[in-house]
Amino acid sequence: MAALSEEVLLVVKRVRQRKQDGTLYLMAERIAWGPEGKDRFTVSHLYADIRCQKISPDGKAKIQLQLVLHTGESTTFHFANESSALKDREATKELLQQLLPKFKKKANKELEEKNRMLQEDPVLFQLYKDLVVSQVISAEEFWANRLSMPSVGSALSNSKQEVGISAAFLADIRPQTDGCNGLRYNLTADIIESIFRTYPAVKQKYAENVPHNLTEKEFWTRFFQSHYFHRDRISTGLQDIFSECAKQDEKGLKSMVVQGVKNPMVDLLSMEDKTLDEGYGSKVTPSTSNSKPTVKENSNSAIIKRFNHHSSMVLAAGMKKGDGANGDQASETSSTDGNSRDSDFFQPPVKKVKLQEAIEYEDLQNGTGVRTVALNLKKSDRYAHGPVPLQSHHYTTTQDIITAVNCIQHEMACYKPCLTQVMSSSAASSAITALSPGGVLMQTSVQQTMNQLVPSDVQEELKQLYTAVGELLRHFWACFPVNSPFLEEKVVKMRSNLERFQMAKLLPFQDKVQRQYLSTNITGHLEEMLQAAYNKFHAWQTRRMMRKT
Amino acid sequence: MLELKRTLDAKGHGVLEMPSGTGKTVSLLSLIVAYQKAYPLEVTKLIYCSRTVPEIEKVVEELRKLLEYYTKETGKENDFVALALSSRKNLCVHPEVSSLRFGKEVDGKCHSLTASYVRAQRHSNPSLPSCCFYEEFDAVGRQVPIPPGVYNLDDLKDYGRRKGWCPYYMARYSILHANIIVYSYHYLLDPKIADVVSKELAKKSVVVFDEAHNIDSVCIDSMSVNITRRTLDRSQLNVDTLQSTIQRIKETDAAKLKQEYRQLLEGLKEAGVARETDVFLSNPVLPDEILQEAVPGSIRTAEHFIGFLKRFLEYLKARLRTHHVVQESAPQFLKDIFEKVCIDRKPMRFCAERLSCLLRTLEIADLADFSAITLISHFATLVSTYSKGFTIIIEPFEDRTPTIANPVLHFSCMDASIAIKPVFERFQTVIITSGTLSPLDIYPRILDFRPVTMASFTMTLARTCLCPLIVGKGNDQVAMSSKYETREDFAVIRNYGNLLLEISAIVPDGIVAFFTSYIYMENIVASWYEQGILENVQRNKLIFIETPDAAETSMALEKYQEACENGRGAILLSVARGKVSEGIDFVHHYGRAVIMFGVPYVYTQSRILKARLEYLRDQFQIRENDFLTFDAMRHAAQCVGRAIRGKTDYGLMIFADKRYARSDKRGKLPRWIQEHITDSSLNLTIDETLQLSKHFLRQMAQPFRQEDQLGLSLLTLEQLQSEEMLMRINDLTHKT
Repeated sequence: MAALSEEVLLVVKRVRQRKQDGTLYLMAERIAWGPEGKDRFTVSHLYADIRCQKISPDGKAKIQLQLVLHTGESTTFHFANESSALKDREATKELLQQLLPKFKKKANKELEEKNRMLQEDPVLFQLYKDLVVSQVISAEEFWANRLSMPSVGSALSNSKQEVGISAAFLADIRPQTDGCNGLRYNLTADIIESIFRTYPAVKQKYAENVPHNLTEKEFWTRFFQSHYFHRDRISTGLQDIFSECAKQDEKGLKSMVVQGVKNPMVDLLSMEDKTLDEGYGSKVTPSTSNSKPTVKENSNSAIIKRFNHHSSMVLAAGMKKGDGANGDQASETSSTDGNSRDSDFFQPPVKKVKLQEAIEYEDLQNGTGVRTVALNLKKSDRYAHGPVPLQSHHYTTTQDIITAVNCIQHEMACYKPCLTQVMSSSAASSAITALSPGGVLMQTSVQQTMNQLVPSDVQEELKQLYTAVGELLRHFWACFPVNSPFLEEKVVKMRSNLERFQMAKLLPFQDKVQRQYLSTNITGHLEEMLQAAYNKFHAWQTRRMMRKT
Repeated sequence: MLELKRTLDAKGHGVLEMPSGTGKTVSLLSLIVAYQKAYPLEVTKLIYCSRTVPEIEKVVEELRKLLEYYTKETGKENDFVALALSSRKNLCVHPEVSSLRFGKEVDGKCHSLTASYVRAQRHSNPSLPSCCFYEEFDAVGRQVPIPPGVYNLDDLKDYGRRKGWCPYYMARYSILHANIIVYSYHYLLDPKIADVVSKELAKKSVVVFDEAHNIDSVCIDSMSVNITRRTLDRSQLNVDTLQSTIQRIKETDAAKLKQEYRQLLEGLKEAGVARETDVFLSNPVLPDEILQEAVPGSIRTAEHFIGFLKRFLEYLKARLRTHHVVQESAPQFLKDIFEKVCIDRKPMRFCAERLSCLLRTLEIADLADFSAITLISHFATLVSTYSKGFTIIIEPFEDRTPTIANPVLHFSCMDASIAIKPVFERFQTVIITSGTLSPLDIYPRILDFRPVTMASFTMTLARTCLCPLIVGKGNDQVAMSSKYETREDFAVIRNYGNLLLEISAIVPDGIVAFFTSYIYMENIVASWYEQGILENVQRNKLIFIETPDAAETSMALEKYQEACENGRGAILLSVARGKVSEGIDFVHHYGRAVIMFGVPYVYTQSRILKARLEYLRDQFQIRENDFLTFDAMRHAAQCVGRAIRGKTDYGLMIFADKRYARSDKRGKLPRWIQEHITDSSLNLTIDETLQLSKHFLRQMAQPFRQEDQLGLSLLTLEQLQSEEMLMRINDLTHKT
């Protein structure tokens, strides 16, 4: 139960839960409540489990605080101390407000992520055991490098999916009457975020006016008062700071319309092949100069326009993060406008594809073609040639290779062997002896048997050592070039880590190996690697000393 | 296929109704092409008419596939020339001209660069701008026939660019020897254009009108004229310009006018050899109505003709000043005009001809400016040529705004058969086809022809992938209907709203809803907004709404598709008879449900419609109500048919009006929809609809593979050749 070592931050007496009096404790990591006269807690929540807290409105008779958990459950505390109930509640709320965000961030996600990585990757788990559990390096150091660097496994989950905006977010802001001729709007951070993402114009206004000209509250009050929020606005007064937004919206809508559509199959403008000239046909063109639409019609069409605009903005806001290049349709149209000019040259492919789609039926296709995944290459040259060693600085282009191949083919075509001049007979016989069993060049076959000589458990251990050393060395080498004090510190630490590792792990292993197989030195390469690191460190240190002096 | 073959053999006309997405186009194409290959002397040409540019392009792509298949199977090189023809706007490759946005501008600009006198002037003054593509084509393009192949609009453009020839004129020239032509109705039905483009097409052609459910309105539109005060004002300006031009030419180049006069005297109808580039819009009346005699003396000189036009304009202006609605027939109008301003019938008949001749003589570069006076002249010619089948209605104001004067003279054609008659007479076989032609017998009646075959086909389905439901009442048992008396009813609007809301919660991806008219949609959307229904709908899906502006609607459509594509789902509110309902397909997830709010009756108070109904009753013995219902149902079917485009596709079709349950309405739906309406789904409440829809959607969402269809609605070659299957097919055909 309550560990004595826990630090109690706040104690509130006379708090009721489920009609039972008791005491509320706020500890360093959890909130707990125990009934009166008992020394155990019946309610205890870790802060990390709590999603949010809610409080009862000011006017209410009962002064309550509700905690909503991630699981969806909730616990309600009723502050029953007549004299100081409100004050108690406020104090609790304030403290929780400070504490919750701290835990929210850290607790869940990171730990889960680490746990998952360790479980999924046995090598990593082994490494973790080798390095962290044996206290060669600290856990933070171990993770510092891991988490930032997305390994292949976590790449998928790393790109967090952006949550779209509900189309009805404005509808969710339900005004409530507060009893005395006023309206109350409840805004949450989510809704504000939605408004900003959907209407960049409002965001801009917010940035301009808050907090120099208006307080946040005033800003939103005006927002809801303005015609901008009310979709059937007709007249936009000049004093309204949002009238400009409305205009901007209008402009955005217009430019979207002007830009036209990319898909020719839905372009109604180019649909008709031969539009009858004005005046022909049995339908009258509705816009005959002086027939003015009535106010009501006007507002109706405004609503329709608003709906179209709103929906496309919501859609655009959802897409924005997805493809950064496309970006905000409304504001970037001017820059992409250039496309429409030379549409002739870039339209056909889209058109072709759409046409093909339109005339093909899946069920009539002959056999299902192999579904291929599109290969996304950044440098197709490299793909064609495979990895090229880094030393060679100039890449051979496809052209070079083709010419080279041609060249070789050409040479091969006119190649004539002159066997008499290949080599002297003595050289030939020595080569034969070297290659026959027992010869100089055939000794490797003996060495290969060492694979079988070494028992598998030692091999396992060796592998682990290799990964561990590799990991440490990776940390070490990652410090170079050392260009900040932090890295300096780290490199020194890493060196000591390496040394410690050599002492703690490598040497015992060597001893063990030596006891069994005196002759073979299988840890030689490991030592070499370490030595190289020490040398580097040494060189760096001496240079640093030189610079200092 | 069988019916089609019979029609071709009999050299008669046919009406075929086939559900969309069942390979209507390709079966038509393949049989006719095969026929062409087998009897090259019987059928020389296939003229395939469709409605919109994307449709035309789709047809050409199907054709390409077909001909590729021919080459693959036979191993012979394709020797067919097939091409699409469209307006200059879609075919122009001239860098300056093609960048213009509107078809009219492109035509005008093209004309100003390529008209014969402009080119003649260039001989003396080479600095004048020219279109190098046309020049090149004119110089060498005619000698070399276009190589065999299938040319879509883009292919024509490519070919034109490569060769440096104008694709538009190349296509127009090539249709004379092409085996297959794909173009829009107007090139055949509108006499003004048909005379220019399709005059010389061979008699032994097969004409197919695809998506022909609206063919009667196309015919009527092409023969009707509206004149407003603005038209008259602009014509006045045009006449003034003409007069001053004549004055100027008289001073500088009197010989030219004299020559024109002489030519007219000699009765050379086309003064000078009218080059293809000169003719903008030809005579508006049908070829056989054009008088083959000399232009009467009273309008032979240019000044006299201008005077004549002025008088005619004054008369029209006076007529438009009326304060009450006037309706009269063409003979009445002619009598009146003769009494008032002494204009005879005969010179009026030559009005269009005379004007185009004058414009040519005066070397007016930009004909687009003279559209107003051209319209007037066409009106004069039309009104004096036809005494039957047309009506003149002068309305001093719109019905909705009786205080604002906005006089319009409607000269409206009431008889769709007038425009299409020469097509039936000229070509040996005309096929009229669409997904929605029910009831079939009405088309031959209104178009006045005798088909040898009429057939309505249905789909053989492996699963019932369409689910027509007729919702008659809300959960509160209030009947739902867009009837005029109840359409403003609060309960009806609310029930419609609830239906949309509930459906939006259960249907995945896209939903399309159609209203009966734009104004009705506006009102409903407004009251839904006030009632907060739309806000709730927004919780489920994004909302896009069709507007009268085509560009805005295109954008909304694209966004709608985007929203369906990325999984948000969306609702498109749209209008029956609108652009969306006519030309856009909502395949697969773009339209999982179509809701038809109300029965899309045409606005019955319009006088033009009333006149037409009367005419139909008198001439063709079609009752008004029959025609109205027929018209409403074909549009409703057209709307709901947008969602099903193939056998793998599926969708709900919700008819939200209790009137649909009546057998006179239901019986006019196409057979392939009708046979899926069960008696139990005739008058549902919203809740019952939801139950049925949920069940349907859940069933349909199961994976549907090719194997499921094999043997039922899809046959392999072996199955097709097997004895048993042939028997079954035989049975099926006998049943129908």
